[in-house]
Amino acid sequence: MERPLTRNIRLGKSPLHLKDYEKAGGYQGARKALQTMAPQEVTELVKNSNLRGRGGAGFPTGMKWSFVPMGEDAPRIKYVVANADEMEPGTFKDRFLLEGDPQQLIEGMIIAAYAVQASVAYIFLRWAYKRAAQLLTKAIAEAYQAGYLGQNILDSGFNLEMHLHTSAGRYMCGEETALLNALEARRANPRAKPPFPPVVGLWGKPTVVNNVETLCNIPHIVANGVEWYRGLSQSEDRGTKIYGISGRVKRPGVWELPMGTTIRELLQEHAGGMSDGFTFRGLLPGGASTDFLVEEHLDVNMDFGSVQKVGSRLGTGTMIILDDRTCPVGMVHNLERFFAQESCGWCTPCRDGLPWVARILQGLEQGEGEPGDLEILDRHTHLLGLGHTFCALAPGAIEPLQSALHYFREDFQRHIDDKCCPWS
Amino acid sequence: MATIYLDGTPYEVEDGQNLLQACLSLGFNIPYFCWHPALHSVGACRQCAVKRFKNEEDQKGEIVMACMTPAVDNTRISINDTEARQFRASIIEWLMTNHPHDCPVCDEGGECHLQDMTVMSGHGFRQFRFAKRTFRNQYLGPFINHEMNRCIQCYRCLRFYHNYAGGRDFNVFGCHHHVYFGRHREGVLENEFSGNLVEICPTGVFTDKTVKQHYTRKWDLQTAPSVCVHCSLGCNIIAGERYGRLRRIRNRYNHEVNGYFLCDRGRYGYEFVNSDRRLRQPMVKAKGTFKPVSKERALEHLATLLNAGNSPVGIGSPRASLEANFALRALVGPERFYLGFSDLDFQLVRAALKILQQGPARSPSLREIGSADAVLVLGEDLTNTAPLMALALHQLVYGNAARAAAELQIPVWNDAAIREIAQDQKAPLVIAAPTATKLDHVAKTTYRASPDEVARLGFAVARCLSHEPVVVEGMAEEEVSLAQEIAQLLRQAKRPVVISGTGCGSEAVIQAAANVAWSLAASNPAAGLSLVVPECNSLGLALLGGQSLEAACQVVQAGGVDSMIVLENDLYRRSKSAAVDDLLSKIEYLVVIDHLASGTTAKAQVVLPAATFAEAAGTLVSNEGRAQRFFQVFVPEGEVQASWRWLRDISRTAGSGDREPWENLDQLVSALAEALPVFQGIQKAAPPAAFRLMGEKIARQSHRFTGRTAMLANITVHEPKPEDDPDSPLAFSMEGYQGLVPPSLITRFWASGWNSVQAVNKFQSEVGGPLRGGDPGSRLIEPEKTEKFSSFDGILPTMKIGSDEWLIVPVHHIFGSEELSTVSAAIAERSPKPYVALNPEDAASLELDEGEKVELALDDGVFQFPSRFVSGLPHKVAGLPVGLPGATTFKLPAVGKVKGAADRAEG
Repeated sequence: MERPLTRNIRLGKSPLHLKDYEKAGGYQGARKALQTMAPQEVTELVKNSNLRGRGGAGFPTGMKWSFVPMGEDAPRIKYVVANADEMEPGTFKDRFLLEGDPQQLIEGMIIAAYAVQASVAYIFLRWAYKRAAQLLTKAIAEAYQAGYLGQNILDSGFNLEMHLHTSAGRYMCGEETALLNALEARRANPRAKPPFPPVVGLWGKPTVVNNVETLCNIPHIVANGVEWYRGLSQSEDRGTKIYGISGRVKRPGVWELPMGTTIRELLQEHAGGMSDGFTFRGLLPGGASTDFLVEEHLDVNMDFGSVQKVGSRLGTGTMIILDDRTCPVGMVHNLERFFAQESCGWCTPCRDGLPWVARILQGLEQGEGEPGDLEILDRHTHLLGLGHTFCALAPGAIEPLQSALHYFREDFQRHIDDKCCPWS
Repeated sequence: MATIYLDGTPYEVEDGQNLLQACLSLGFNIPYFCWHPALHSVGACRQCAVKRFKNEEDQKGEIVMACMTPAVDNTRISINDTEARQFRASIIEWLMTNHPHDCPVCDEGGECHLQDMTVMSGHGFRQFRFAKRTFRNQYLGPFINHEMNRCIQCYRCLRFYHNYAGGRDFNVFGCHHHVYFGRHREGVLENEFSGNLVEICPTGVFTDKTVKQHYTRKWDLQTAPSVCVHCSLGCNIIAGERYGRLRRIRNRYNHEVNGYFLCDRGRYGYEFVNSDRRLRQPMVKAKGTFKPVSKERALEHLATLLNAGNSPVGIGSPRASLEANFALRALVGPERFYLGFSDLDFQLVRAALKILQQGPARSPSLREIGSADAVLVLGEDLTNTAPLMALALHQLVYGNAARAAAELQIPVWNDAAIREIAQDQKAPLVIAAPTATKLDHVAKTTYRASPDEVARLGFAVARCLSHEPVVVEGMAEEEVSLAQEIAQLLRQAKRPVVISGTGCGSEAVIQAAANVAWSLAASNPAAGLSLVVPECNSLGLALLGGQSLEAACQVVQAGGVDSMIVLENDLYRRSKSAAVDDLLSKIEYLVVIDHLASGTTAKAQVVLPAATFAEAAGTLVSNEGRAQRFFQVFVPEGEVQASWRWLRDISRTAGSGDREPWENLDQLVSALAEALPVFQGIQKAAPPAAFRLMGEKIARQSHRFTGRTAMLANITVHEPKPEDDPDSPLAFSMEGYQGLVPPSLITRFWASGWNSVQAVNKFQSEVGGPLRGGDPGSRLIEPEKTEKFSSFDGILPTMKIGSDEWLIVPVHHIFGSEELSTVSAAIAERSPKPYVALNPEDAASLELDEGEKVELALDDGVFQFPSRFVSGLPHKVAGLPVGLPGATTFKLPAVGKVKGAADRAEG
């Protein structure tokens, strides 16, 4: 089984230096793209590969690139931004790639920038990823030194400047337009869409924002071709995916596996099953902002379409496991308090709805629940739905709540009836 | 046009709007908070949710925000859909989780948009049972009260203050449900338009602090349409009174003039009406002291005085109505009527008028200035001399970006996207002025130089435009290329505007502006020329015509004049004290009609108490040439009456027969229009007093006015008959027509379910557009469109400046330079003390520290003022603030010597 994204990563060891990265086949993709392909060809290739964004939303990458205005009349400065603001609770896949193989990301960004003819690239890095920041700084310097960044890269006439930006740390910055605002030194509020960033992005110019994992796929697609890439997985979504599991399992971790691996395989084979003394109750398949799945869903393939069919989202593909010794209400309260805190305060439903939800859940946990509380929570799961709010934060935030109310309703009810948390 | 379906019914709407605009314009009610017609859409509050259906078959639909959804052809929406209604009610419920229930003690109560929207949304019972979040409030200066707990986070304040008005000392802090709108540290809000926060805020976070001192609910105010008297722009206002005190000023929407906004001078300058300096009783001087007398006694006294001497001369006033000035002119005769300008203003305002009349460039309205695509400002510090014009120019950046956005299919109402495109883009605006201005940071190019050099640049631009050799003598190479660059900018524009005025005291600057505008107008009929003049009726007075104050002095000096009537004018603000003293000492009988005691009234033999703008009706002509009627708000106490009535009464008692038989304003207006045809338009400025709607007058008091029978119960238990108003179709009563009235007669913006100022929606032909029935005002000056024009020859009067001499230029202050507003305590608090402005390098060469005293040697004498460092002043140019209360009156620009005072440190 091929693991292109993680092939250079050796646990516990420093990432490859540029020379070794080159020896391991690195920069072949960039070389091929810049020296033998027209920008539009690269975009077309990525489109054909079916690569979908790995940040959570799963938007087709090639299509995103194709929205960028090209040609003579296009705005002079365009940007590529790597979204490395991995703030989704339970998610640590990008960190693995950033710390394990930073050159791979840089190469992916060079190709992406070439495809859309961007001249400036930013890596927007989560504030807490101190080690990644060090490694990226070094890797960027190496790439400059070797001529992969700067002027006339690989004699192609293509220029690219790359900057590392470490975020001040807000969940909101993971949303691409809020990220752009933060990069412009504004409040990290999301922007109204349309216009989308490929048309009006950073400093008003066309900008492609891609997730780290997405960008890491690019060099391999270019180097090895679409057929190879599509052969990596039987799933419609193609390629490999970095999955992760946290919670009370024997071996929490991340693994690069073919897209569409089943939850059961991940949980049993790779994570080694539940820890002794803990029973599986449910899981959030792709980070905190996805709906709970339960026992009956264990054979679901972890790809965008399959997870959606059973009422949740693949999200980041990094699961959080709920066990029988953890209070589901407490878990949801923890999440909702986080989301309420991370709301940017721009739109009413999110700003004022989530604190109310969190406050009710806190009340349940403290034995202050009242009849009617669950109805208010139910109401919020509808009211904070997609399209009702300015961005996807609240709709995402409400996903674990609505599914918890569905799958664990009796646990919620017991908090009210018993006037206490049965787990405390 | 596009067809949209609202709950199944098709409607035709204008292309390019959003659904909220379109629905409101059609008369439907959809609640909203963050949207504002002038601030456009950002989709923050989510209050205007409606259901949109894909097609006729779609029964499910989806919730969309009306403000963020284009009203394209075949859009199908439902306002009444249950889910949409429930969602809208939920928005209010969420807002109410933190909004305090303090309506009874909140200044906004009764005109609160949040109250209105709450009722409109149907939310009534709140399920939230937890603690509300609370904030600490800030001291924001004398204008605005801050009460953050009431905040519903619609972000309008920020968007107005920061984006629209360019303020930088106000922002949003914190996040999630703890977002806080205020200053980084508490302190005075610096922006000149901060008062608009009171009207922009949909609830009681920002309220009018001056009103708080004599608080009255909106429904208890007696209100009338009025016009601001604190600069020449003629912003429309609504003035409100109760118990004989003017309580507040609010914006009166006029699409062509001020739109939704006012400046702080206009909003807070009103307190002079309630001032202790008000004259309320006629006074006659006997043995050097004034004695209050009855109206009859005063008139008798006057008759004796005037009949004894020879015919009086009359001094008019640029801050008095056309009618008052005309009445004086009629009383003394045109040949003995002198305009009450300073000599320099006399020259400049007359020059400006002549230029506007001659054309071919017409004077644009403020709306037109705000939608220009290239603007050249010559010599004017607009933020301080014509604030709302500066606010209009602030919007050029947005307009520019909106044009770029249109190419990306982004509609003009998508505020956030357009500002994103705009970034830190500069406006297509060039400012050439002697001092730095607050607009400089949005201008593409600025040029700071003496008035003569500004004029020279203007002449060079005009030559460029007329394809003449650019070089004007003495110009440096970079100035020539700057002139070419400006000419290029203006030539490419579809709607270029040139702005200048009397601000820097130079006729050459005004002439240069005229040359530029005329050269443009020769090939582009849309080119405009706006000239700012000093006072609210400067242009009207110039139109009326008369002689200068200097001429009056000469006549008096020559002897043969021993009596003078001064109308609403303090001559000490017009000329040097010594000169005025000298003039008045030769006048035996001085009659002053004014509303405030002044240096001039102190010298009078007879003082007659005049009505202020709030106590009488009249007409003012704005710098645009727009004649606008202001109406009496309330009946003042004492023997106060309109100046023209005093003049008529004098004329009657002084035995000059029944030459001026005017009984009411309409008769006077007709007489004026007849005598001077240029004023025929003023009859159209407002309907006559005989105008009725459904047989009724229009009520000045709202139908909810309380205490009518109790208000005067301490004086009489009988409810007196409402005072009669012979001058207008408005009644001093709550009885009368309360519905939609002609635009010039709007006494308040109110509609059923719309108690806040947002009710203005219901008075507009389309939301954000003209008022139904047309915007008030009647333009008196329309130059002929012609390609032929004779421009000024551009020869500069050379002001000789010796090597040891400095040029002293006037510096205007929005708070301080205008006579009446500084009487208001809040404005006085913001006014500077006299100073001399020097650039830091010059100050260093004088070995001065900031604040140390400077000695100024002028023709008028030697003066000492503390220094203030102002970077950007040209070398060896010093600035002197003009018009500050009690300060010496200088004729500026002037040449003088500047040095550190001997006892400088004591400054």
